[in-house]
Amino acid sequence: MPDFCGIELEHSVINASGTFDAIAARRVYGDALLDDFPFSAFVSKTITPEPRVGNEPQRIWETPAGMINSIGLPNKGLEGFLAEDLPQLAELPVPLVVSVMGTSVEEFSRLVERVGGRDEVTAIELNVSCPNVHSGLIVGERPAETLALLEALRPLTQKPLIVKLTPNVADPAAVAIAAEEGGADAVSLINTVKASGGPVTGGLSGPAVRPIAIAQVRAVSAAVGVPTVGMGGISSGADAREFIAAGATLVAVGTESFRDPRAGQRVARELAVLDLNSRSR
Amino acid sequence: LIDEEGLEPQPGQFYMLATERHWEQRGGRPFLPRALSVADAGDAPGGTRLDFLIEGIGPGTDRLCELEVGEGVWVNGPLGNAFSPPRDLSPAAAGAILVGGGIGIAPLAGLRRRFAAANVPTRVLLGFRDQAHSGGLDDLFSCCEVRLASEDGHAGHKGYVTDLLATMLEGDDAASAAVYACGPPAMLDAVQALCAERGVACELAMESPMACGYGACFGCAVPKPDGGYMRLCVDGPVVRYA
Repeated sequence: MPDFCGIELEHSVINASGTFDAIAARRVYGDALLDDFPFSAFVSKTITPEPRVGNEPQRIWETPAGMINSIGLPNKGLEGFLAEDLPQLAELPVPLVVSVMGTSVEEFSRLVERVGGRDEVTAIELNVSCPNVHSGLIVGERPAETLALLEALRPLTQKPLIVKLTPNVADPAAVAIAAEEGGADAVSLINTVKASGGPVTGGLSGPAVRPIAIAQVRAVSAAVGVPTVGMGGISSGADAREFIAAGATLVAVGTESFRDPRAGQRVARELAVLDLNSRSR
Repeated sequence: LIDEEGLEPQPGQFYMLATERHWEQRGGRPFLPRALSVADAGDAPGGTRLDFLIEGIGPGTDRLCELEVGEGVWVNGPLGNAFSPPRDLSPAAAGAILVGGGIGIAPLAGLRRRFAAANVPTRVLLGFRDQAHSGGLDDLFSCCEVRLASEDGHAGHKGYVTDLLATMLEGDDAASAAVYACGPPAMLDAVQALCAERGVACELAMESPMACGYGACFGCAVPKPDGGYMRLCVDGPVVRYA
């Protein structure tokens, strides 16, 4: 059983933030979802201090082996999340990671204090890399900004802080080193890659970005001592294995869940079979 | 197609379909499954029979149209909400008017059958651009009386199906009906405007680009009547205007 920042997980496959709405999925598929939950930990969609309605449609565009999205972080805001969503997410059979994004150190601080103060929450992911929101780009693009943010947030909670890295920089390892120096417990990567297609300008995801993700996971894992969560176009256990070989401690499934609601447990199962086969050889 | 383990869908619900889970062809598309309203369904040996009306307009629908008898299909569904009985839309509504445009006639076929079984008086108005775009009409609506409109005049009224609806809603009994519509966005806008003008409740089955179909991607957002957006996959695809 993998150990991630002191959290024991059933397997090494979690979800990428914003690619699986456990509350909506339970409405659609019922409690069967909980009996065979796809992920060993659940990462929430990013929440912001105030509610957001999200971007004006059209929001998605299919590309060769992937898709571009420009969703715009629709969410109920911090208070709405704590009151309405958190009690439902607490019913999931796995540890909960809450993703947060603020536009300033003050906003991030409020989010981390309030979310970190809840027992239902196991860890916090800091979204400093969402390419759809201008402020996110700025912090995650600059090692100094990332370091300053982490130094401000680190004293506010004992819970693991995971920094989600953007791929839209020349040297993601430099940002990862800054996050580690500031006290981050882990880094997760990659977020979506800046792209345009049809009427949509936003972030590219899916197998199209997998080679980029593997290169960045390898570079970051070699540069930092904290664990990494690798993601980017993982569709199978074999894909997950490539990320783990590149240095990832955990892997996350994102876009593949859109095609297959049970992608998480399938990837985990395929990965377990591959591990077993390699061990018996 | 035959769904070996699925539930029977309600009229208005949809499925995500792909020829297989990973159905990328040369060039990497189609990548995502395609959302398609079920036209009709019923019991069949070995499971639930699902009927779809599909027009090939891109790599996904083209591939689905190439399916041969006996091939497997990757299916996720039934998803989304369903059309409601007229009385749920308006206490005064005793009957139903179904308005379909083009490929949008599909979900109305199962709805018409459901209403017929429940003895709900139902009138059907269907419109097509031209003969080439009237596919499915004979298969899905051969059994019943249908009023037709066509933009090129090849069948029925020359003009829009909404012309037929406008005439029908001018009758004295307009308020005793509920309207159910599926078709292109401009047609749905016109139906909604006509119904609002006449105080008639309506339900519209809408469409939006959709990656997942079960609330995960937030891609299928459409404006809500009262502001903000809703996910058409979990809060629709049937949207009520009463």
